[in-house]
Amino acid sequence: MNEFLEAMIRLGAGAFVMVAVLIVSLVLKGFDRRFAAWLQARVGPPLMQPFYDIAKLWQKENILPERAVSWSFMGAPFLALVGSLVLLLFVPLGPVTGKVEGWMPLLEGYGDLILVVYLLAVPSLMMAIGGFSSGSPLATVGAQRELVMMMSYELPLSVVVLSLGWRLSKLDLGLDALSIADITSKPLWGEVGLLGVIGLLMLAVVFFLIIPSELSKIPFDAPEAETEIGGGILAEYSGNNLAMFYLSDAVKTVAFTSLAVALFFPYGISGNIGELIGTPLSGWAAFGVDLVFWFIKIELVYFFAVTVIRVGAARLRIDRLSWLYLVPLSVLSVVGAVMLYLDTL
Amino acid sequence: MKLNKAFDKSLWVFHVNAASCNGCDIEIVAALTPRYDVERFGIKLVGTPRHADVLLVTGPVNRQMADRVRRIYEQTPGPKAVLLCGNCGATSGVYYDSYCIEGPFDEFIKKVDPNAIIVYVPGCPVRPEAITMGVVEAWKQLEVLRGEAK
Repeated sequence: MNEFLEAMIRLGAGAFVMVAVLIVSLVLKGFDRRFAAWLQARVGPPLMQPFYDIAKLWQKENILPERAVSWSFMGAPFLALVGSLVLLLFVPLGPVTGKVEGWMPLLEGYGDLILVVYLLAVPSLMMAIGGFSSGSPLATVGAQRELVMMMSYELPLSVVVLSLGWRLSKLDLGLDALSIADITSKPLWGEVGLLGVIGLLMLAVVFFLIIPSELSKIPFDAPEAETEIGGGILAEYSGNNLAMFYLSDAVKTVAFTSLAVALFFPYGISGNIGELIGTPLSGWAAFGVDLVFWFIKIELVYFFAVTVIRVGAARLRIDRLSWLYLVPLSVLSVVGAVMLYLDTL
Repeated sequence: MKLNKAFDKSLWVFHVNAASCNGCDIEIVAALTPRYDVERFGIKLVGTPRHADVLLVTGPVNRQMADRVRRIYEQTPGPKAVLLCGNCGATSGVYYDSYCIEGPFDEFIKKVDPNAIIVYVPGCPVRPEAITMGVVEAWKQLEVLRGEAK
């Protein structure tokens, strides 16, 4: 009975987190468009614009192209959304301070960083499947580009994630090296020497450059190039299928930026604010302060890793893009990993 | 079909060049620049008719384009509106009575879909302010559609 109750609580919490993150992610997208407009000296759309877009898309007719493979064409958007929502159960959202204080990912213990890296591939893979089954040459080209891009950034991404876990395992604290809650509870910045800090900086740079390509944003948006292949993967999608891809992209944005925050900057400020105002914050007050701080952190990551770059750069050709990830960034990540190794000697 | 209000705040536009002289097309780009910034009303240019709510058509329809424009119109998911930019769409403009012209566009599209929502934006070329005004007219037409459903 007790187990049943616990499972029910987890289920409820999971549903709550998913709905809350859907709202947060659309607000984040709204901020992105506001800031992009600000950088271009425009007024820009209202903050709620993504909500209007979704509400409108839900009203539109849903066209199934004649030459599409209907079951995979209709299934892919749904599975992409599900894939990115499942990601939320494993990625630390909000102020995760480790197992000690009790705030941690909902399914902590059931999956680790390796699973997260795999789950991150699910929405992209579903987009590729949707593109291939559209029966449109533009969508097929887009899907091929998406797969090329995935193959390119997976190597540096895995190197970054694994070397962080490996360095944590060398600390001899009895921590689970690949558990995200443990990684967030023990930020590596304070634990390594100068070489290690340089190595961590390199890994952070690589990770931050992977964010825009994981989310297919300019200049890494070759799979969705609007002006070139007419929306690419999404070329044949309309109505609520398009809305589901839109939502899946938004949710993945929150999941990936908060993964970046959890791996490289998992600090809270409730302690500092408590010192500042004289009374230490605890319980829900501390949680609220850290939650707001978490949102500011992911917005900052998104602003610098995506918004600024997408406003200031033009689209890269797919072969150059692939080369960028396979050669310079892979080398940089390996050098960073070697630095972390030298630091332990 | 009952439309919600979100339609007014997020119109995605697909630009169809049906043998235009490029005058109107330049003005459409001008409407997207920071000076006029139609994105503040939620208007966005999209790359495929499947995503579009509004077809922004410039130019008269010549024989080469006639079938293509018809197909683009049919590929657009409903509810949709057509925004005819420039004199050409309404009257064929300077191309009036030319041997290669299939339209005026409005007559042509009425043959395809008698209930098509068409908004006329006159001008040769149209001004960006006029295009924004035309979108407001399109909203009114969509509001009519909303009223019918009640």
